[in-house]
Amino acid sequence: MRHPVLTAASLLLLSHSLSAAGISESRRAELLGLLKHDCGSCHGLSLKGGLGPPLTPAKLQGKPVEFITATILYGRAGTPMPPWRPFLSDGEAAWLAGRIKEGVQ
Amino acid sequence: MISRLITLFSLFAFSTLPNAAEWRGTGDLGLVVERADGSLQVIETTGNTLLGRIEGLGDLSHASAVFSRDERFAYLFGRDGGLTKVDILQQAVVARVVQSGNSIGGAISQDGRLVAVSNYEPGGVRIFDAESLEMVADIPASYGDGKQSKVVGLVDAPGNRFIFSLWDAGEIWVVDMSDPAKPAVRKFRDIGRQPYDALITPDGRYYIAGLYGEDGLALLDLWNPDEGVRRILADYGKGEQRLPVYKMPHLEGWALAGKRLFIPAVGRHQVLVVDTDDWREVGRLDVHGQPVFVMARPDGRQVWVNFAFPNNDTLQVIDTQSLAPVATLKPGKGVLHMEFEPRGEEVWVSVRDIDRLQVYDTDSFARLAEWPVLKPSGIFLTARAHQIGL
Repeated sequence: MRHPVLTAASLLLLSHSLSAAGISESRRAELLGLLKHDCGSCHGLSLKGGLGPPLTPAKLQGKPVEFITATILYGRAGTPMPPWRPFLSDGEAAWLAGRIKEGVQ
Repeated sequence: MISRLITLFSLFAFSTLPNAAEWRGTGDLGLVVERADGSLQVIETTGNTLLGRIEGLGDLSHASAVFSRDERFAYLFGRDGGLTKVDILQQAVVARVVQSGNSIGGAISQDGRLVAVSNYEPGGVRIFDAESLEMVADIPASYGDGKQSKVVGLVDAPGNRFIFSLWDAGEIWVVDMSDPAKPAVRKFRDIGRQPYDALITPDGRYYIAGLYGEDGLALLDLWNPDEGVRRILADYGKGEQRLPVYKMPHLEGWALAGKRLFIPAVGRHQVLVVDTDDWREVGRLDVHGQPVFVMARPDGRQVWVNFAFPNNDTLQVIDTQSLAPVATLKPGKGVLHMEFEPRGEEVWVSVRDIDRLQVYDTDSFARLAEWPVLKPSGIFLTARAHQIGL
């Protein structure tokens, strides 16, 4: 189980560096809307947590962007976290993961 | 005397805010949560108008409201742990406490004197004096070795009781507040994995918790609590793969038509129909997406369903007699909530992503009105003041 995730994560490492350039301004706004409102329905509008855990920079310290990206794309087995892969490209997920780690307001 | 008062009053009629002295009732009023701005729209359902805005309520994602029995005051439960009391007539915040770090909902007691809030962080329920918002009782949802569970599905019940479910612990607790100084807690354990929400029947007899962690629902008969909690619909979906859930369903209200209960299936594009005589599944309706709210029009003839992302641009209406869909509406992206007017002829709908509040005729399905409202979510009409469990 660990290997596929790691492999996926290392691929994403590459796409992360390309992502900012590849995502249009309007798509970025859409992604932040998704983060705030749809991720927010479990993690809270301000990402301070709800039924799902908080996604604040402090709480995510020590969690690499790649780990967060993989969680977004593939979900987390055994928890209600669903995979968002049907709706997000790898680059978009990596960009979101970066934003979450920085702290979004 | 009254005409003199009115004459006198007309001198002051230029004040910008409506005044309680305008002799206005509140039975046709309601609140719409603007989730991103921490504000409320005050609405009116006789002429279908927006009356004004109340600001300063903090983080209102997933906010809900209950009403005082005089239908003048509302209690808002915000995600940031804020409990806010607003005067609907004066359109003003009259009291506010931030009572926890993270909360999910609340209820008002049968006698109207207590307001309870269910919290995620720290997990438990806190109960407040409805007049002053002073804390009356603190009930941590402790389980296992000193852990505290997130609390969901908090409702009021006859006997001045509050009932709620423990997401992490898989328990249902009943708190008797007959003596507010001595809350009496009765715990029902092993009710099923991860209860995500609950409802109580309008007669206050049955408390039903939906389970996320396994199939089926947990049923507690409050007239016969010694019989304990039993599982219903446990066989539903056995061996079938669930779809990923992009938004937890809600069990607010009670979609009851005759003896049939309509509930959202978790992780499936289906609404389940249950016979309330024997609590057996009598049907599964295929619908447009994963249901979030499944709500009966007050006369029980229709059930309206909204859906989780990515199908949240649609509302479906099901005829409860034929069990067939009779209308599919496309209000826009982000249909979050709907609230029927008390006799059911019209329904209010909040459409978050396009920042719209809409009203539909429930007979012709025509859109009667639409306003721009900032990221609307929950809609709450004052008629809830007199319904058990709301």
